[in-house]
Amino acid sequence: MHILVLMKMAPDVVEDLEIASDGKALDPDYLRMILSESDDHALEQALLLKERHGGKVTALAMDAPEVDDALFTAAAKGADRVMKIVDMDAGFTTRQAARFFSQVIADEPGLQPVDLILTGVQAIDDLDGLIAPLVADELRMPYLGIVTGVHMDASGKTAHAIKEFPAGIRGEFEIKLPAVLGIQAAEKPPRYVPVAKVRTAMKSVKIERAQTPTLADGGWPLVDVVEMRRNEPAGHAEILEGTPEAASGRLCGILAERGLF
Amino acid sequence: MSTCSVTLETLPRHPEGKEILTCLQCGACSGTCPYGEVMEFPPRRIIAMMRAGMLEKVFTSDSLLACVACYACMAKCPRGIRLTEILLPLMKEQTLAHLPELPGELQRALQNTLRYGNPMGEPSRKRAAWVKTAGVPIRIFAEDRRPADALWFVECYTSYYPRGQDNSRATARLFYRLGIDFAILGNEEKCAGECGRLTWEPGLFETLMDYNMAVFQKYQFNRVVTSCPHAHNAFKNRYPALGFNWGLEHVTPFLAKHLDRLKPLLTRKLPYAVTYHDSCCLGRQNEFYEAPRQLLRAIPGVKLIEMVHNRVNAICCGGGGGGMWLDTYFKAKGYERLSERRVKEAVATGADVLAVSCPYEVSRFEDALKVLGYDKRMIVRDVTELLAEAMEE
Repeated sequence: MHILVLMKMAPDVVEDLEIASDGKALDPDYLRMILSESDDHALEQALLLKERHGGKVTALAMDAPEVDDALFTAAAKGADRVMKIVDMDAGFTTRQAARFFSQVIADEPGLQPVDLILTGVQAIDDLDGLIAPLVADELRMPYLGIVTGVHMDASGKTAHAIKEFPAGIRGEFEIKLPAVLGIQAAEKPPRYVPVAKVRTAMKSVKIERAQTPTLADGGWPLVDVVEMRRNEPAGHAEILEGTPEAASGRLCGILAERGLF
Repeated sequence: MSTCSVTLETLPRHPEGKEILTCLQCGACSGTCPYGEVMEFPPRRIIAMMRAGMLEKVFTSDSLLACVACYACMAKCPRGIRLTEILLPLMKEQTLAHLPELPGELQRALQNTLRYGNPMGEPSRKRAAWVKTAGVPIRIFAEDRRPADALWFVECYTSYYPRGQDNSRATARLFYRLGIDFAILGNEEKCAGECGRLTWEPGLFETLMDYNMAVFQKYQFNRVVTSCPHAHNAFKNRYPALGFNWGLEHVTPFLAKHLDRLKPLLTRKLPYAVTYHDSCCLGRQNEFYEAPRQLLRAIPGVKLIEMVHNRVNAICCGGGGGGMWLDTYFKAKGYERLSERRVKEAVATGADVLAVSCPYEVSRFEDALKVLGYDKRMIVRDVTELLAEAMEE
């Protein structure tokens, strides 16, 4: 069994985000990138499947600042092969990324045959969750998203995937392989890997490089960013100061004023 | 010898390993261990298992999760075996590698420390944000590279945690009034990493040590003064292997050395009955028992009352060795939180202030007082906060 995990770096929202001077993107000078959280879950799900069924896991990522750390960490956790797609122009879109991934998967030696392609169902800069279905479409594979658990069938030709629906409903789907799954959460939280193992991986593991494919039609975006801006607060909370008695008196007054008593 | 180079495999060949094998099996270590009664393998049994070549059984259990690196076993050992410094960290490292799942709180703290340089996961670029609220000038080396006498290594909880920042503001005021020539690293500073070898993660510790040493070497200073006993511990015992050869002080004993000049500044009477909690790293590990007490006695109006367990016998707050991020785990296991055990003793003295010298302790004890319903009877203050409060503006 061969599982491919598609990974991308996303803006780290712990650090401040600044909007670039053109008002259309985040300012790269202020950005710190971190492995997209749901991609980390996709990797964990792949490693759990490998532990249960054997096989190998390949992590494939788009080049970005700090991506090497993410790939070495993936290797330290148990990925057998790590690769990044390099030399793409800045500002590529999700649609282009999906085509880069699909073409590299089709063309790079050893990436095919593949049984499962797992990736995060969303990223904070891909809230529409387009990567996985677009890759599935490009590769003519079935797709299932918002997946929270995967089990391989004994035949190796199908897998069962779990999706959770609102109101406590859980659905189980059978999907023919090879397939693309958009992972919302792995069956277990992403594992911890000791930093010493990552440091060892940095010395012993080679990150393979795949050139960015040239897209026949450029893969240009169909949607343009007009403007990015910060939300403007519409109102403010009122902090009730003073003693508990004074604050509770004022609170009763506010509730009475608004007709809530 | 740098104990960083010792592994469990090579330990028996090192003098430290041979020393461990001289254990009398008297059980003083297990008896004094604050969580000894809940561990499947308390310290004495770990040594017995080492002798029997059965250590794997120990690190595949979760016993070592309950080791809060309080140095009590080491302090009480009649053979002087350095359990907390050598065997237990090596065992913890193996436990980390063998645990099927690391408690989530601890995992997040370790990941945050690697990525952001602090266990809380606060932005690394806001580490020095508190400086604007200090009320006195604080020089940041990156902005003004002139040499300073002291590099004040502020550390994590004192940079980010609001009550820890009170400690930093107080320290800054004290340094300023004493005319100390100091500068800080600001956003360049990262956790000293004592939570590394003593807390499961030698790789994390080495990464932080490499980073901080590279930053230290950019600037000129004579001594490092730190607000955190855990950082002091790391700088004293581990960093020298990488060439750390500056003077080293923790803020509390450092201020005690300036007591002659400090005392005339302490003009405001504080009518407090104070009991002092000895931090494990500052007390048992470095024997700084008198300095904080001298400072407290120098404050007009302060009456110092000792808890039953004080100095070398002090009960750990439970925050060391990773315990800071295992409260949820301990609670789930039904263990008594050590911070609660300690504040019960503090409240029994009748004191109204629990004084501390470690940034971990403020949050731990304030939380314990609230949980036990004692927060109206007792407050927690760092020694520096009390000193600053006693200074007239």
